[in-house]
Amino acid sequence: MLNPQQLHDQLSTLAKQEGINQWDLGAASGTDLSVQVDRGEPKQLKGAQRSAVTVRAWTSDGRVGITSSTDLSIEGLAQALKGAKEASVFGDLEEPPGLSCRSLEPLIPLERPRLALQPIQNLLKTLLDAERQLLDLHPAINTVPYNGLSERNGESVYINSLGSQRHHLSSSSACYLYARAEQDGRKPRSAGAVRLAYGSEQLDVQACIKEAAELTISHLDYSAIDTGYYNCVFSPEAFLDLIGAFSNIFNARSVLDGLSLSNRDSLGSTLAVPFLNLWDDPLHKSNLGASAFDGEGTPTAPLTLIEAGNLAHFLHSEGTARQFGVAPTGHAGMGSKVSVGPDWFVVAPTPGVAAGDAQLNRHKADGVVWIDSLSALHAGVKASQGSFSLPFDGWLIKNGERISIEAATVAGDIRKVLKTILALEGEPLVTPGGMCPYVWVEGLSITGET
Amino acid sequence: MSFLDSQWQGRLELLLAAGRAAGADLVEIFLERFDRLSVLAEQERVTSVNPSLGCGAGIRVFHGAADGFRDGFVSTTNLSDEGLMQALDQALGMLNLQRGISNGHSFAGLNPLSNYGSSKQNWLTQCPGVQTSADRLLEGTAKLEQHGKHLQARRGSYSRDWQEMLVAASDGTFSRDLRLHQTLGLSVLAADGEHRSSVARRFGSSDNPRDLIDWDADAAARDISASSATMLYADYIEAGSYPVVLANRFGGVIFHEACGHLLETTQVERGTTPFADKMGELIAHESVTAIDEGLSPQSFGSLAVDDEGFEPQRTTLIENGILKAFLSDRAGELRTGHARTGSGRRQGHSYAAASRMRNTFIAAGPHSPADLISSIDRGLYCKVMGGGSVGPTGQFNFSVEEGYLIENGALGKPVKGATLIGDAETVMPRISMCGNDLDLAAGFCGSVSGSIYVTVGQPHIKVDSITVGGR
Repeated sequence: MLNPQQLHDQLSTLAKQEGINQWDLGAASGTDLSVQVDRGEPKQLKGAQRSAVTVRAWTSDGRVGITSSTDLSIEGLAQALKGAKEASVFGDLEEPPGLSCRSLEPLIPLERPRLALQPIQNLLKTLLDAERQLLDLHPAINTVPYNGLSERNGESVYINSLGSQRHHLSSSSACYLYARAEQDGRKPRSAGAVRLAYGSEQLDVQACIKEAAELTISHLDYSAIDTGYYNCVFSPEAFLDLIGAFSNIFNARSVLDGLSLSNRDSLGSTLAVPFLNLWDDPLHKSNLGASAFDGEGTPTAPLTLIEAGNLAHFLHSEGTARQFGVAPTGHAGMGSKVSVGPDWFVVAPTPGVAAGDAQLNRHKADGVVWIDSLSALHAGVKASQGSFSLPFDGWLIKNGERISIEAATVAGDIRKVLKTILALEGEPLVTPGGMCPYVWVEGLSITGET
Repeated sequence: MSFLDSQWQGRLELLLAAGRAAGADLVEIFLERFDRLSVLAEQERVTSVNPSLGCGAGIRVFHGAADGFRDGFVSTTNLSDEGLMQALDQALGMLNLQRGISNGHSFAGLNPLSNYGSSKQNWLTQCPGVQTSADRLLEGTAKLEQHGKHLQARRGSYSRDWQEMLVAASDGTFSRDLRLHQTLGLSVLAADGEHRSSVARRFGSSDNPRDLIDWDADAAARDISASSATMLYADYIEAGSYPVVLANRFGGVIFHEACGHLLETTQVERGTTPFADKMGELIAHESVTAIDEGLSPQSFGSLAVDDEGFEPQRTTLIENGILKAFLSDRAGELRTGHARTGSGRRQGHSYAAASRMRNTFIAAGPHSPADLISSIDRGLYCKVMGGGSVGPTGQFNFSVEEGYLIENGALGKPVKGATLIGDAETVMPRISMCGNDLDLAAGFCGSVSGSIYVTVGQPHIKVDSITVGGR
């Protein structure tokens, strides 16, 4: 167990010996267990004890150095602090990070269960049962090649020379099942599902099995789609993946680096249709990975990013906030150059405004492409250009019937997508990465395999 | 200074003997120490210097020949005797084995240490320090400014990964190595009104402390600047099916993703490769010969010994279109019968090794690149490929960073936004021409055992038809 007070005392003493007046430290440790199975047999059983520490040290003229280590012992801390001091010689004087002015503020209480890890044999039994049930659901499902059940207990600490002492404990569990189905003379098809919870006993494994089976079976009778422009309806997961890939729009670090689609003057500008709201909600009760503080010890809190279609705020670290003359928002990592990023997006209709065309219903549509999941975002997204060309799994809806699409890509520009949203269909749904309704977008380019 | 060496022999033999006595068929212990450095320069400033140090161990236990050799794997950053024994106990427990309940399995002790690192002791100190690294990166970003137009952002990055590894197993395996990987990257974002282009290049080597010092910053900056200027005003490609010529070097990523992964025994074990029962059969066009090897000096995917203590080989995967071999690691050999090829690789101690590619390439053919382009009336030339991925059914996708239309046998206007999609079984027989200009490029490969250093490569190749996603 990490002890923030002890770490603080140790590093204070070491810093004094090194003549360092300003420093901070982020540390994490955890224990993981995971299992994979293969056609009724254990495939791999895995465990890990992890630890990591990052120390930053400032010179008297404000330059910062950093060193990371896996060694949390007093010797490891001393080595890391010494390394950080040496690296500080090369620190950036023009835009140096500092300690967050909000690192001493009280945190919003975060009540999350801390659960004991289950014996790994329990995880194994659960996953073997799940695989058997999934294989039994349809004769075409012959393997579940990608599967896993894991549990993790972790903790993280942030302390600094101002006296900040943050400590966070977490428990999490995940189950994923990706089935592969094959029929004579047809190409193999694959689909899957994921469930997250605080512990494996809370996982809705049955729902995971059901969703994996339904999705896989729905892709068995596939057809090629004609290349052309289609109205598309994105699943909540797919739309959140797309927004996440272009989160540089909201990222003050990217703005300062010239890598964002936004600039300093973009706040207030129209980004999307007027019925779209988007905010980052790190403390949402459904965000299982929530932390009450960021990598600089700043408290996390909800932050509106798009309000009635207009860009409302940027995500900030201590350094970017200082440049913009605002307060840090709790979205920092930890580094000599501090990264900035979102936690958990929520997309919802603007209150009091109709959420687009209320007649649109994906179950009654005709000639519309239903995009269930996007792939290869790392390769097909040009974040600083705004364009994307991505493979997807989904269906062509004809007279309300879903016809699986053999293989296809969807291409477009995020700025146009946000401004050509036709409707937000239904209530926002919880996904592992955020909340979002089904999102209708006008006229995207679809390329089918010929 | 050596940390992982023969002094560990006694401690490791105690662990291996304990694992064997508990009933394990095989116990393997992988130890590593690393010393990493990354430096980032933006415009005229060094904006990040990140040193990182660490060590750890991964213990893997195999048990049950009748059940297909189950295995348990536990990693830890606690290298004390107590920490390692605790990890061993946990790995044994995963297979319902327990230390102290002896079943009589013996352990004959470790072989003498095979020390592949003895001549590499000074590599870390021979690498450039932070000041030299920063100076070279700033030279690169200055060259970009000199050669580029409409540049909104210029970046140079350097990372050095030094690793000391020691692997010991209850079959007597006892090997040590020192490894050095360095990568250099330059990237730009150009903007002119609504037009934008982003271009990045990454260079990588293994086992060459002078890599950064010898780097030709001017040539790299010229290449990137030219590419950026070309792509800034490029139109989006019209979607459709095209004959395609893929350039050499990083064009090889298509073979790596679309076919190479399907020739790893990891995929045979999962039942996710269509080639599992195709040994000796024609799986590609007769013009295609493909090789994976770990031997080329200073190539990014080369290694003196793999992460399971096995020396790498040159493995001919496909010869004139016929499947000749799979890439196999220890588990792959135990479970599928394919002999080990020195392909057991992992990102670090927290991953169990798996069969992975090293330097993978399509061999050179008889044609000039001009022959390939002149054979096409209307098609796409993919000069620079981006990343890609392959799904569980063999469906692949790749982005094209820099492309040109081919019109009437000649290169035409530049196009952007192209994505190639297809599956290996369909596309491999369509590689109808191979050029005579084989070249390799460094890359990273992410898969079951983490992110590892690899090389991809090929000569220019022609694919008769492939689906191109666009606008």
